[in-house]
Amino acid sequence: MATRLSAYQDAFARALLAPDAAGDDPQVAALTSQPGFAVYRNTVMKGCIDALAANYPAVARLVGDEWFRAAAAVFARESLPSHPTLLDYGEGFAGFLSAFPRALELPYLAGVARLDRLWSEAHVAADAPLLDPALLAALAPREMAPLRLRLHPAARWQWFDEAPIYSIWSRSRDGDGTIGELDWRGEGALLTRPFADVRHRPIGRAGVAFLDACADGERIEGAALAALEIEPGADLAALVHQLLDAGAFSAVESGAHEESCP
Amino acid sequence: MMPISAGLGLKPQHFAEARDCAAAGLWFEVHPENYMVDGGPRLASLEAIRREHPLSLHGVALSLAADADPDPRHLDRLAALVQRLEPALVSEHLAWSTWQGAYRPDLLPVPRTAAALARIVANIGRAQERLRRPIALENPSHYLRFGQQEYGEVEFLVEIARRSGCALLLDVNNVFVSANSLGDDAARTIEAVPGELVAEIHLAGHSADPVHGERLLVDSHDAPVAAAVWRLYERLIGRIGPRPTLIERDDNIPAFADLMAERQRAHDLLVASMPLAKAA
Repeated sequence: MATRLSAYQDAFARALLAPDAAGDDPQVAALTSQPGFAVYRNTVMKGCIDALAANYPAVARLVGDEWFRAAAAVFARESLPSHPTLLDYGEGFAGFLSAFPRALELPYLAGVARLDRLWSEAHVAADAPLLDPALLAALAPREMAPLRLRLHPAARWQWFDEAPIYSIWSRSRDGDGTIGELDWRGEGALLTRPFADVRHRPIGRAGVAFLDACADGERIEGAALAALEIEPGADLAALVHQLLDAGAFSAVESGAHEESCP
Repeated sequence: MMPISAGLGLKPQHFAEARDCAAAGLWFEVHPENYMVDGGPRLASLEAIRREHPLSLHGVALSLAADADPDPRHLDRLAALVQRLEPALVSEHLAWSTWQGAYRPDLLPVPRTAAALARIVANIGRAQERLRRPIALENPSHYLRFGQQEYGEVEFLVEIARRSGCALLLDVNNVFVSANSLGDDAARTIEAVPGELVAEIHLAGHSADPVHGERLLVDSHDAPVAAAVWRLYERLIGRIGPRPTLIERDDNIPAFADLMAERQRAHDLLVASMPLAKAA
């Protein structure tokens, strides 16, 4: 049976998000009628919306402050934070935007939100050393083939088939806010944290396939085949060099064991 | 031990200046929830600052006044951060925020009943056991009248401290804001707090509610400390002696130098309240 304190907290929590929801708890009904109750309502919503604005800056810049805060308020009412580390708040925001009626005319918005989210994940991921490219460069292709590349904890990537999401996102996030001319085709993005800060670059379909295969535990030869399958003419040496240069890997491991090499 | 000097709430935009600032007795305070991450530059910056200055962890989310045990995952993450950063003080609020699996970013009130008191004391006990140290408990701002209460505010805080062994973090601005909302006398409230329980003092700015104006002041931390709050603070440390004192600022953040100027004012008042300064 609920205690009086827990019944009070149930009713108070409901009333924070829905003005008419004080329900049958007379103690909370006597509070919601006071001007001060709005301070709690406003603070909770402002805390959620500010966190979403901080975590989705490219989305906020594309749609403008008023549009963003209105959409964030709808999201927050549906999905309060599940824990207090607000750096992590808004995991479902991209999915929410893809179904949000007011965003139907902006079909690229969910993809931009997805990249903001990957940036946040890369930002707070565990620290790890970077794989020294010289370790791979010293190997002949047949020595390399059975090894596995361990992904850096901060590495994130995504392919977008429908639109140049990476260009839109990076220009909104880092540029002066103008999107400019776009070549309307699919694009991939790679986010890494090689030193202190998160960095990003465009990446082709072959690179995405290679990274997906590494994440699935494939050996280098398997990852290379996956890349060639999606893009038969891919320059594998250049591709691996690009990924190493970005800081996508933390170690190379022998295919047979989980041990790090050397 | 916290230095008996003035500190500053640390904001990410001031990391480099904070690390390099050599002001005597300077310490910093952060909300640990903002650093509960696996790694990355934010945590690295805080660790670099911690190597140069004492640090206090001021939690906003243990939800000690909820009628539920503190979330063990949150407590574990806080304990890990305490172990990593070795803060001079860990503090929390007499409030609730996490309830039924959802976090509300605010410090929500409870009626001051014997049942609530028992639950809060038990929750503080769990937290202190997990952290292996006593915490300090802050008085939140009040905006609502609960009718006849079983305990007065200070009486409630003192009884919690007595039963749980926690100290108090006295937020002078919160007392001022609460007194304004509820028609109490802020000076009398502050007079009633036993000095030996006070481990830290908070000073912050407030703002008038956009709808109700000055009748409803909001603990918004978006402005300099108000003149009336400075006067209450002077009376407080005149009575109980100097205590570690924090300037809090969480919104509308000015330049680091502006915050340091405000912090210097608290520092000067603290030095003036030292027994030796009085004797001289």
